[in-house]
Amino acid sequence: MAGLVPAIHVFLVAKAWMPATSAGMTNERLRSDVEWLNTILQGILLGGLYAMFAAGLSLIFGVMRLVNIAHGDLIVLAAYVALVATETLGIGPLTSLLIVVPVMAAIGYALQRALLNRTLGDDLLPPLLVTFGLSVIIQNGLLELFTADSVKLNAGAVETASVSLGGGLAVGVLPVIQFVLAIAVIWGLQWLFYRTALGRAFRATSDDPAVAQLMGLNNAHVFALAMALSLAIVAVAGVLLAVRANFDPSIGPARLIFGFEAVIIGGLGSMWGTLVGGIIIGVAQTIGAQLDPGWNLLAGHIAFLIVLAIRPQGLFPKVN
Amino acid sequence: MSDPLLAVRALDAYYGDFQALFGVTMQVGEGDVVAVIGANGAGKSTLLQCIAGAMHVRANAIQYYGVPIGNEAAHEIVARGIAMVPEGRRLFPSLSVEENLLIGGQLGRKGPWNLKRVYELFPMLEERRDQPAPSLSGGQQQMVAIGRALMANPRLLLCDEISLGLAPIVIRDIYARIPAIVAEGVSLVIVEQDIVQALKIARHVYCLQEGHVALQGEAATLTREKITAAYFGV
Amino acid sequence: MAEFRVEHSNWSSRIGTAIVLVALVALAAAPWWADRADLRLLSEIYAYVALASLWNVLAGYAGLVSVGQQAYVGLGAYLLFGLASLAGVNPLAAIPISAAAAAIVSVPVAALMFRLRGHYFAIGTWVMAEVFRLLAAQTSALGGGSGTSLPVSVVLSIASSRQMREFVLYWVALAQVAVILLGIVWLLRSRYGLALTAIRDNELGARSNGINVARIKFVVYVAVAFGTAMVGALIFLQKIRISPDTAFSVNDWTAFVIFITVIGGIGRIEGPIIGTVVFFVLRQTLADLGAIYLLILGVVAIAVMLKAPKGIWGLIADRFGWQVFPLERRLVIGKR
Repeated sequence: MAGLVPAIHVFLVAKAWMPATSAGMTNERLRSDVEWLNTILQGILLGGLYAMFAAGLSLIFGVMRLVNIAHGDLIVLAAYVALVATETLGIGPLTSLLIVVPVMAAIGYALQRALLNRTLGDDLLPPLLVTFGLSVIIQNGLLELFTADSVKLNAGAVETASVSLGGGLAVGVLPVIQFVLAIAVIWGLQWLFYRTALGRAFRATSDDPAVAQLMGLNNAHVFALAMALSLAIVAVAGVLLAVRANFDPSIGPARLIFGFEAVIIGGLGSMWGTLVGGIIIGVAQTIGAQLDPGWNLLAGHIAFLIVLAIRPQGLFPKVN
Repeated sequence: MSDPLLAVRALDAYYGDFQALFGVTMQVGEGDVVAVIGANGAGKSTLLQCIAGAMHVRANAIQYYGVPIGNEAAHEIVARGIAMVPEGRRLFPSLSVEENLLIGGQLGRKGPWNLKRVYELFPMLEERRDQPAPSLSGGQQQMVAIGRALMANPRLLLCDEISLGLAPIVIRDIYARIPAIVAEGVSLVIVEQDIVQALKIARHVYCLQEGHVALQGEAATLTREKITAAYFGV
Repeated sequence: MAEFRVEHSNWSSRIGTAIVLVALVALAAAPWWADRADLRLLSEIYAYVALASLWNVLAGYAGLVSVGQQAYVGLGAYLLFGLASLAGVNPLAAIPISAAAAAIVSVPVAALMFRLRGHYFAIGTWVMAEVFRLLAAQTSALGGGSGTSLPVSVVLSIASSRQMREFVLYWVALAQVAVILLGIVWLLRSRYGLALTAIRDNELGARSNGINVARIKFVVYVAVAFGTAMVGALIFLQKIRISPDTAFSVNDWTAFVIFITVIGGIGRIEGPIIGTVVFFVLRQTLADLGAIYLLILGVVAIAVMLKAPKGIWGLIADRFGWQVFPLERRLVIGKR
């Protein structure tokens, strides 16, 4: 985080040194500086959403060394559950969380106990292939039920509301809410892991599953609780996604990739690092989009590849 | 006549095709301290793993107060009142000393053992309660491991080679606390390579040799020669 | 001191190899007994056998589980289109050139990807494929996001008559899969194959026996990239039309390939062949169901992974001790 502020400062100062061709350029330069600042700000807020995609992934990998390839598709599934809930019950998206979160948590518990617990072990292939298969199943199941049409949840006035920060800077209310929620989720996870009995159980089972059983922990149950928690976070991410932009059954893999990139950039094992990772991806994407609309996704991937090349352990790796 | 605390009846145990235990029979009464000795590979740890539920065997082969538990899962067996101090300590490295102890008490079984009582038994642990478990010395880690198992308020404590890798003075220190544990109503099965300590502390002794019970009896009645013969299968 | 030698064949592989040779001759003669639609179907089958076999070597033997091989299918295809339509290279000659260029590209990619382990490596390969797809969409010279077709002149330079073109492309497809399978058999029979099998069975053990695991994995990755790009180039040469979404499709070039290999049997060379047959049978019967077909495929793959992790051929081979290709290693002691 510390490096970000001076980096932005350097960037703006560098822009200011670009030669002006007339006096009229000064105002334009200032405006475009504000544009860039706005862009970066939006990127930071977007990063919060990506951090939330990543938090669920990171949690599962930390507890049971499982990378859920269907993670992105589960986010999309949550979005569709929210869609069904809001349309059939006539409630708003935020209220739908009351339904979507328990539903997804229950799905997570059942999924882990019935299917994924059987794939855990030393061999890497079974969990990878089973979750890949799951990804295909969810995508095509959603395709059958809802068709490939793009849909979106309507959040009402809050979608377009924005707050002016002065000096031409403005942020959307919704992105700010998303960012605050992301921070709350990460803070909550940290608290859960380090201050509660359940978190203790997660850490112990992750350290040594065999001895954890000998201490009375039921691993099957502990893992299932971890997955339930992960999907509860996925539920929140899904609702936010649904409100923010159009979605359809095929966008899952991209969400998985953004979450994964955030985890790798942040450093395995660090929850707050994941937030930084998400912000870096978000900022890269929004800056890329400003330079050329076709470059927004590429810019994010390139940022990831650069970090992978020069600091593969991530920015804040947990020394284990 | 009521059922003993633990009865092992004709227990066979396998690792895949390899048979590790052959018809082992053993009994532990309330308040007993039973030592299981034998050379490396004799099957001592395997025996404890079977009792603790880490290995599944025939249900009737292991009975707890007459109830067959041989094929129950480890966490179910802890709930019944049998706790294990694993070989090599196996503390949870991400957890602090106190957190390791608290994990032991996760199930919330009723009994005399709680954090306060464990710290009374092992005062040097209280000073280090928030330190990460791996930062402690071998002897201190062993105490944490014992305390962790006690937190489950077991009726039966299984100790797997608690003297392993420790200096003699540390071993004596740890064994000096065993009587306090027994006094609280906990029975013990102690697997030991240190025969001297085992004979000092235990009332009954079983000697395993290549998966068989080669010798059993009251510690006081067993002579050096008999033990050596049984230990090495001479 | 007794003499010893290593024997590779057994009775079943002698029969199997004979069958394969007979089949090869029959298939080479296909233009005379099959119609156009059948030839196309056969070409498709060859492509999938090749892709699945290559993925099998990568994941089943070298332990590099990639879900991003579509990167090289698309790369090979785009390189071919670039060479043929922009640089005037003969399309058939362009196939191996594209493959070689793709192999060169795979070197820095491997350097990056090998910084990741296990599951993270898998997703990393997916990211790379996405990067390639996005770059292709930005390449306006080859149609950008909507793609492009091969110019007529290029198509005609394969062969003058349409029928001849179909035959030529069919034979090239058959030759490709034959060469790739032969290459894999040769690799597995060699010392490298022994090292790979060791790595597959126990990587740590292999390393402690002096096997340079990192280097072997790297070589395998580049070799598989070469093969995959070669197949990709031909696939799209036959389709004549390319676009980023079709060239880099996860479904077509990774999901199907993985399902084929899992169902047929990972880690055995016969697996992908059986898997492809099963896959195409399923496709002929179920394809009308659209998305449900893919759903069923996913369910079958999961079921096989959990219940029969060695796949169909794994079950058969374990039960009967069969092998089609002479790959086992039996130590025979004593004079000949």
